[in-house]
Amino acid sequence: MSSFVVDKDGIKRYAVTVNVNGSDYTKVIKANTLLVNLLRDDLDLTGTKRGCELGDCGCCTVMLDGNPVNACLVLAIDCDGREITTIEGIQDGEDLDIVQEKFIEHAGFQCGFCTPGMIVSSRALLNENPSPTEYEVREAIAGNLCRCTGYVNIVAAVLDAAENL
Amino acid sequence: MYLPDFEYYAPDSIAEACQLLSQFGAKAKVLAGGTDMVVKMKNELLAPEVVVSVKNLEQLKKIEYVAGKGVCVGALCTHNDLVKSDVLKERYPSVANAARQMANNQVRNRGTVGGNISNAVPSADLPPIFIALNATAKLVGTKGERTVAMEDLFTGPGKTVMAQDELIAEVFIPDQKMTGSNYIKFGLRKSGALAVVGVAVAVQVENGVIKDARVALGAVAATPVRAKKTEEFLKGKNATDDVLAEAGVIASGECKPISDIRASAEYRTDLVRIFTKRALRKAVDEGHV
Repeated sequence: MSSFVVDKDGIKRYAVTVNVNGSDYTKVIKANTLLVNLLRDDLDLTGTKRGCELGDCGCCTVMLDGNPVNACLVLAIDCDGREITTIEGIQDGEDLDIVQEKFIEHAGFQCGFCTPGMIVSSRALLNENPSPTEYEVREAIAGNLCRCTGYVNIVAAVLDAAENL
Repeated sequence: MYLPDFEYYAPDSIAEACQLLSQFGAKAKVLAGGTDMVVKMKNELLAPEVVVSVKNLEQLKKIEYVAGKGVCVGALCTHNDLVKSDVLKERYPSVANAARQMANNQVRNRGTVGGNISNAVPSADLPPIFIALNATAKLVGTKGERTVAMEDLFTGPGKTVMAQDELIAEVFIPDQKMTGSNYIKFGLRKSGALAVVGVAVAVQVENGVIKDARVALGAVAATPVRAKKTEEFLKGKNATDDVLAEAGVIASGECKPISDIRASAEYRTDLVRIFTKRALRKAVDEGHV
């Protein structure tokens, strides 16, 4: 169980350590803090977007121990000791990841709001399955809604990235 | 969107978890994957004063074959744990495929078997295939453990026989004589859609004759239900297209669907007819797919 202190209002605040994009961060948070809020409000990692906040749209997708999850539905305290990769951690140093490059090349975004989640889901797929079929790509990003409906270019970008891994 | 305050516990043992549930009674809720519960909390449908996170109960995250007995699926396995399980791929791909049809990838990475069952949503995807395979659930509470047949677990929408202090520890799929099983679902989209109708079947076929059959229907009654008249009809019959089509007609007479935003009762009834026929054909021809 994470250690906690009781604040002046009688609310418990827990020391939680998460590894985000390769660095450990320890934050003192309330138990009801959601992962998406820890990332955006406490760690200033605002690449992860808040969309529907109900697990439907996938804008807040991050990898939790390598698996894509909706950060809006996960308690930050339940991530204590675990590894998180956000869109900010996808690129390799100064260089964009191949998935990011291919999204640009294929114009795999229009307004761009779904893009961080799309790229995280796509990268997680390619980590597990480096040569997916179109069906597998569509299945992997089915939890990421693009309201500009630019799916054709997104799928093309992911398939092209797979060929150039 | 922020959640209301609650007391948080993350017990290290099942016994401790049950003790907390017993101590706090109706004020407490179990949190596993959160894909349903956190949404309900955000929508103000649930406001537990105490949240018991079961994240540390590692022993409930395994899928194992117990030689000569059956497959044991820990309640904290996620849907994607089922999809990726070598044990299930080898023995019951039908269960892995049912899990794969649930929601979307992000939700499958968090949503658990125990959550899918204990929420008792009539359209849940896992209960029908578990019922068709004659699976049982092991419930653990402060007074000990008990085993309940999956088909007897549900009492109504959102309601089960589970006591306040009980957790689902595992689902057990016994070794069986069934030669094939299958779950097919109709949703309004290919992904991220609740089942409008879900049909799971298991059949034992020898030399083209159906020796035994189990048919379970989801989303067409207050709970997942067995179509027992359909099962009786199938026993001893040749697995011809005509027989399977007739079984579909009988099954459509055994469901009691409601009309809602997703489909009318009449449409659901007709879908049961078609999907029962198709699921039986697949199970007869292709085994446990």
